[in-house]
Parts: sequence; structure tokens; C-alpha cells
Amino acid sequence: MTDILKDIGLSHDLAVFIAKLLGVVVVGTAGLLWTLFGIWLERKVAGRFQDRLGPNRVGPYGLIQSIADAIKIMLKEDIVPEGADRWVFNLAPILSVVAVLLIWAVIPFGAGWVGTDLSVGVLYLIAVGSLGIISVLMAGWSSNNKYTLLGAFRGVAQLVSYEVPMVLALIVPVILSGSMSLQGIVEGQHIMYLFAIPLTALIFLISSMAEIGRAPFDLLEAESELVAGYMTEYSGMKFGMFYVGEFLHAFTVALLTAVLFMGGWRGPGAEDFAPLGLVYLMIKSLIAYFVLMWVRMTVPRVRIDQMLNFNWKFLVPLSLANLLIVAFVWKLIPNTNQIDSFGDAAIPTLALLLVNLAMIAVVGILLREQGRRERARIEAKRAVVAQPVGD
Amino acid sequence: MDITAESIIFVIFSVITLGGGLLMVTTRNLFHGALYLMLSLFGVAGLFVLLTAPFLAGVQVIVYIGAIAILIIFAIMLTPQVTQVVGMQNTQWVVAVILAAIFFVTLVSVVSPIADEIGVDNWNADFTVDNPDDVPADSITDMGVKLVDQNHYLLPFEVASVLLMAALVGAVVMVNPTSLGKRTPPVTYDAREESAEDVSA
Amino acid sequence: MSLGEWVFVGIFVAIAWIFPAVPIILGKRLGPKRPNPVKQQTYECGIETTGNTWVQFRAQYYIFALVFVLFDVELVFLFPWALAYNQLGLFAFVEMAIFILLLVVALVYAWRKGALEWV
Repeated sequence: MTDILKDIGLSHDLAVFIAKLLGVVVVGTAGLLWTLFGIWLERKVAGRFQDRLGPNRVGPYGLIQSIADAIKIMLKEDIVPEGADRWVFNLAPILSVVAVLLIWAVIPFGAGWVGTDLSVGVLYLIAVGSLGIISVLMAGWSSNNKYTLLGAFRGVAQLVSYEVPMVLALIVPVILSGSMSLQGIVEGQHIMYLFAIPLTALIFLISSMAEIGRAPFDLLEAESELVAGYMTEYSGMKFGMFYVGEFLHAFTVALLTAVLFMGGWRGPGAEDFAPLGLVYLMIKSLIAYFVLMWVRMTVPRVRIDQMLNFNWKFLVPLSLANLLIVAFVWKLIPNTNQIDSFGDAAIPTLALLLVNLAMIAVVGILLREQGRRERARIEAKRAVVAQPVGD
Repeated sequence: MDITAESIIFVIFSVITLGGGLLMVTTRNLFHGALYLMLSLFGVAGLFVLLTAPFLAGVQVIVYIGAIAILIIFAIMLTPQVTQVVGMQNTQWVVAVILAAIFFVTLVSVVSPIADEIGVDNWNADFTVDNPDDVPADSITDMGVKLVDQNHYLLPFEVASVLLMAALVGAVVMVNPTSLGKRTPPVTYDAREESAEDVSA
Repeated sequence: MSLGEWVFVGIFVAIAWIFPAVPIILGKRLGPKRPNPVKQQTYECGIETTGNTWVQFRAQYYIFALVFVLFDVELVFLFPWALAYNQLGLFAFVEMAIFILLLVVALVYAWRKGALEWV
């Protein structure tokens, strides 16, 4: 691309700049266009989970449904509540979408196909996540509505709490691959990290689900709770942008899971033929996204205090222990800093897998014991209460 | 001094940083002040990137903007009259201005290369290299190695952990959660002064 | 660590605002504008708002943010260690384990004192 522009006679710097500009436009548009398709996909799959068809009227198989919805929302009136803080109110949905789009700049879509391979890619991911948190606070505050403010506080407490185990889970692939750049992590996965560190992948998935405000952690937008939480006062396209931002964030999490834990664009033949890598990445992220949808349709919503307890009393200690144990085992295995091929990676992967399975077993046993104790406690209380009547 | 793309970007980020700071201290609305603080910190992150310290830029956004600024906003919520701070409540502002000027001169003399030419001994040359490309590519890895190296930064590293622990213990003790909600009445505040009139007829 | 990597990010940050802003501005132009005092009231489950917009702000929210700040700083220390881990000996693991252990002690303290309950 740069060469084409240079041939036109532009200076080197300007050619690079324009090439990057075009790259930005392509990545941004791809992200937003994907939203249209993805929303349709989500509604279809949700319908199937709930034993119904999902949208199927508008266009073949309901494919045009998303576009129709987008047009409809654009034609709605934009109501700004009185006393709302104009600038902050208008900025919040924009910031919400920008925070998600920025993540797409560092995702490797194929061999050599990456917006920019930052040497601190993982750090950049977390930093951009923080921007999303600010948009929640801005939305809740500027609506001049005590309920949105409460919703925003709860939202920030949730987002901020689950960032800790998410980052702790992100550090493990950095240890295994010795690099913070996403392309480096993909290239280090001669065997998918999913097979080596399944517990870490699970922790990342769970905490990301809470980070994007998706079921079972969607307390903030549950219709029976505080109406729509921090988004209540938004109407028309601004609400549409919040919705798009949230949805895109969900797919971006699936994309990240595929990149960090499932080998990204790697697959047979992907090193030589870059578009094939894109296909592999899409397949893997659709699988991860299916898991996200599956959990959303299956599990009931969690209460805010349950959610925070789950984080600080279970997930954070678990992720810390996971990090320490994986780091320890990684040091015990010899030659881990020279993994260059599938063969080299096999033994460390197997060792880590066994350790992870052991950890999962231990956690399972602990949880079962805890569950048994809780149930015994509740039974004891019920027995005490029921006694005078049933005697 | 030639005007390269780098210097233009430097000027932009400096304007963001200083402008954000200026807006932050002059605005009457505390919440806006917090947002301007975030803008200013974002400008600092940009300056770190220009100094080829992307790790610090990331840390700046993650810790300062993503944690401390949010903490500040939560602390602001405890203040009444968030939107209309009334007048200046500081009667010692003359002393403050003098101190700020002295501080400014000191900082500039340490950091500025002009001081080198005058002959003032400054540390600028010890910390910096003249060209971004001279910064080694693995400086973060190098930092990681030095953090756990006994001869370098191991002790400050562990002491930092003790400091964090002390901070948490202190915060828990001060808030005293065992009697939360029972001791003092909860703090209330007015989110908006303008909506003081009821809408009901 | 070249600056060139960040040019893309810089351009992205500058331009990404346009992507959501365009639909919003389009929406503002295309949608009806019929302001109406009832429509513009803040939402309170359909009844009229009473009293000022105040919120009972509990110190509990502040504690969660504070605990997060501390863990955030800890995470920041973990990153360079993780990058350099492959080149370091076992002692590096022990040192980091001590670091994490001290923070776990703090977390357990907060837990037992009841600071982590959402009242």
C-alpha cells in the first residue's frame, strides 16, 4: 500500500500516514459493520436457545432485521432530560463506542495483518478498558437522575472489581509467551494455550463477561432493576450507540479469547496465506462468542452483592493462586524460553494441563464442601423454624 | 529547532495536559473538574509515549485514570454542592503563589537543558538519551529483570508491597466497617442545584 | 520500541470519534423534535420526581474503589516481572510470591473486617 502511494510521488512520511489512515478507516468500519451481522446472529441463536425462530420476516432469514432496527432507531426523537449536563451527556455514548473500537487496533487478524503490533499490546487492552469505565460514570452522572447515578455507581463497582481477575488472567499468556504484544502471543502458541492453561482461560472468560456487563452479570440493564441503569435517560441513536458499544465489546471479548487462548489466526497454512488466518480467527472467535451467548441464555442473573462477593472472595484469590502455581510449574520445566515448534511445546503444555486439571479438581472439591455447608446451615435454620408447627 | 511531526504532537499533548490542568482548577463544577483531570492525565500518557516509554503510558492510563481518578470522583460525591462551588475559600493564596513559583523554577532548572549551558549541574543528561531510537527495545524486560535483582530494585519493590498493604489496612480501619451504617448518618449530597424546584405543579 | 507503532493508535484515537458521532448527529437531524415538559422530566418509574436529586452515598463504594486501586498498582508491578520471567531464576518467583502474599494478607484483613460486604 505504501508503495502504491509512493509511486504517486508523495513523500515517504506522507505515504505512510495515508496508509495508516486508510487502515484506521478499514478497521473501524469493519468493526461497526460486523455489529449489524452480529446482532442478527445473536438474535437468531437466542431464539433457538429459547425454542423459537428469532427474526425471520425482514429479508431472507431475517438478515436485514439489524439494518431495519438501525434505521428505526435513527428516526426516533433525541430527548435530553432537563438539567442534564449537555456536554457530558452527549459525550458518554461516543466514548463508550470509541473505547471498544480502539481495541481493534491491536488485534492480529492474520500473519502480518495487524493495525499496529504494539510492544505493550496487553497493557493497551487494559488501558482502553478503563476508558469504558469512565463512560459509564459520565452517563450516570449527567442524566440528572438519582437512579442512573446509583446505577452508575454499581456499574463502576462491578467493572472495576472484575478488572482485577481479568488482568491476572491476562498475565499468564504473557508469562508463557514472553511477550506483551498480541502478535507475539499468537506466534508463541504452537499449541493453543487453551490446552495448557484452561483454568486461566475460564477466569478470563468469566471476568470478561462481567466487564462487558453481560449475563449473568447484567444487573445494570436488567429491566426490573433501576430500569435501564445508567442508560435510562438516553433515547434514539445515543442509546443505539450504547447498545452497539456493548454488543461490539462482547464480540471483541470473544475475539480476544481466540487471540490469547485459542491461537488467533494460526492454523494449517495460515503463515503463508494471510486471509486464511482471518478465516481461522473468525471461526475461533465465533466459537468463543457462541459460548458467551450460551451462558447468557442459560444462567440466571446474579445479585450485586453476590457478584462482588464472587469476585473478591473467590475469583481474585483463585486467579492469584492460578498465577503463582502456573509460574512455579513453568519455572520447573526446563528450556521453556526456547519453545520454537510444536514438539518443543508438547511437554510443557501437558505438564501445565495436568496442573490445571488438578487445580480445577481442588477448586471443585472446595466449592462442593462450601455448598454442602451452606445447605446444612439453611436446613438447620429451616428445621428450627418449622419445629413448633410440625411437631 | 526544526518543526518535525514529533514536535507538533508534543505541542498538542502539552496543550492537552496544561489546558486540562488549567480547566480543572478554574471550573466551578467539581465533576467537570474530575473529567478535566482525566484529560490532563491522558495528555501526560501521550507525553510518555513520545518519550518512548509506552509501559509508563499504559500504567498512567490504567492506574491514574482508571483507578485514582475514579476514586477521586467517588470522593467528590461526598461533597455537597458539587456543581456550584461558591467562591474561593483559600485566604493564603499569596503564599501559595510564591511557593508555586519557587517550585516551578526548581523543576525547570533540574529538567531543562538550558541549565546545562549555564553551568548548573542538572540530572537531565543522566536520565535521558537524545534520540528515541537509542532506547533499547527490551527496556521493559530489562526493568523486570532489575525489579527482582538484589543489586537493583528488589528492596523498593518489596517495600512497595508493604506500603500498599498498610494503605489498605489504614483505609479499612478508618471506615470501620463493623459499625457501618449504624454509627453516623449517611452523607447526602445534592447532585444538581438547578433542579431544586419541584416539577410537580 | 519505535514511535512508529503508535502513529496508528494516535490516528485511531483522533478519528474513532467520528464513527459513533455520525449516526448520533444523523439521528438528531432525522428525528422529530417535539420538546414537551413532560417528556423532559427525569425518569422515576412514571411518577413525578420529588425532592432534589440526591443519593445516599455510602462509604462502601469508596472502599471497593480503594481496594481496586491497590490491586491495580500490584498488577502494574506484575507486568515487567511477567515479561522478564523466562530469563530469571526461581528466586524471581519467590520474590513475586512474597509481594503477592503481602497483598493477599491485606485482602484477607479487609475480608475479615467486613469491608468487602456490599451493604
